[in-house]
Amino acid sequence: MLQISCPWCGPRDEVEFRCGGQSHIIRPGPPEVVDDVTWGKYLSEKINPRGEHLERWQHHAGCRRWFNAARDTATHRIRVTYHMTEAAPAVSLGDVAP
Amino acid sequence: MRYSAWNVFKEGLKGQRGWKPAWRSPDPKQSYDVIVIGGGGHGLATAYYLAKSFGITRVAVLEKGWIGSGNSGRNTTAIRSNYYYRASARMYEHSLKLYEGLSKELNYNVMFSQRGMISLAHSLHDLELVNRQMNAMRLNGVDAKTLSPAEIGRRVPILDISPDARFPVLGGLIQKRAGTARHDAVVWGYARAADALGVDIIQNCEVTGFRRGADGAVTGVETSRGPIASRKIGVAVAGHSSRLAEMAGFRLPITSYALQAFVSEPLKPVLDTVILSPATGVYMSQSDKGGLVIGGGLDLYPSYAQRGNMPVMRNVLGAIAAQYPSLGRVRLLRHWAGIVDVVPDSSPIIGASPVPGLFLDCGWGTGGFKAIPVGGTMLAHQLATLAPHPLAEPFSLERFTTGALIDEAAGSGIAH
Repeated sequence: MLQISCPWCGPRDEVEFRCGGQSHIIRPGPPEVVDDVTWGKYLSEKINPRGEHLERWQHHAGCRRWFNAARDTATHRIRVTYHMTEAAPAVSLGDVAP
Repeated sequence: MRYSAWNVFKEGLKGQRGWKPAWRSPDPKQSYDVIVIGGGGHGLATAYYLAKSFGITRVAVLEKGWIGSGNSGRNTTAIRSNYYYRASARMYEHSLKLYEGLSKELNYNVMFSQRGMISLAHSLHDLELVNRQMNAMRLNGVDAKTLSPAEIGRRVPILDISPDARFPVLGGLIQKRAGTARHDAVVWGYARAADALGVDIIQNCEVTGFRRGADGAVTGVETSRGPIASRKIGVAVAGHSSRLAEMAGFRLPITSYALQAFVSEPLKPVLDTVILSPATGVYMSQSDKGGLVIGGGLDLYPSYAQRGNMPVMRNVLGAIAAQYPSLGRVRLLRHWAGIVDVVPDSSPIIGASPVPGLFLDCGWGTGGFKAIPVGGTMLAHQLATLAPHPLAEPFSLERFTTGALIDEAAGSGIAH
């Protein structure tokens, strides 16, 4: 069981949270000038790294607010959680060398 | 040596001294006509069909561990073709038909057992979906039949079908030709048959990068055992597809998740079919050794850790204990996870990648095992002819640009 630190509520059990996937995705625009290839990539492509991943989480069974986490996908260790409005931290190489 | 009852008898008389290793362990050559990355079922089947159907035998299968050590050795062995859309039904039905003849074709008993698969309905809405699914399958030429609760109770006596059950059973759907196969045997059978046709299976050989020509096309791979040249490379690495794509400089619409599975201590026969409860996402069959093979939903955050987490384990086993009360005290023997490559529409990606010469067989998500024969057929066709196999045409990477998704996630109610 992971323990995840909600920036508002503090450390809680994993079962209270839902993962919202990759964070810091920038919507391309304006829509009338965006071509199909760019839209397709925006909608579907994922970094999906083995190592540290910046991702969105929701405290679903708690305050229900969204936040970001820097989590290693190989070890599941969460290095830091931060507010949605904060800039992305520098991505570390993660716990396991690729 | 050809495997036969006569040879088993003969070797019995000779003290079993005549058996040879089923495949060689050659050192990699400097170059090949085709390199297949990934020594699981899909990669080995690709090499086999390249040699058998197209006569291309200068083929290497590169495996970073030992063959079948990834998802081919971690799945729950169910084989079925109960999909909703025509494109999927055609493809998975082709795979099921290849499985029906596979033991003979490979001269290797893959223990394919068509014991049927039942999907349960726990509510009136589930019943409507079961009927819709049955009609869709029949229109696509796949066998399907609905079952009443009494019929399900007779077939699966350990299932709680009482009216006050936690998950009441209102009906179900059976595909009688579905079933299970021995997962290792599928891997070993394809490996042995491909090796016999001249394919080099190179284990403990991890790909660490791609070599590219001036035009951007692949010219080979860098591996832990040195560079190997080839102008045609197929990638069949399931949950690690994104990492190979990153090495080649592009991204895929794939998220890697851990999917857990469990096997119990051996029991006397209690279950002679595969049974799925869509409401809980939990499915179960009983292996020939007697172990209950149990699977459930994904651990729903991206992961490359080949192990599961407690909350999902609790959900899966809680559902088993609620639906099959007599199994409540059964102990587990093993518990593990495989890394699955999940695509937004829950359909695979087959064919060309953005890099010339590099071809994909990925995105099978939680259902790659049943597709091993057809996945190998389609990737071999693509590598040999440089054109997509007719069955693979709807499953190109381009569908994420055109929007022509094949949404089996919604169509056949795959929970992930």
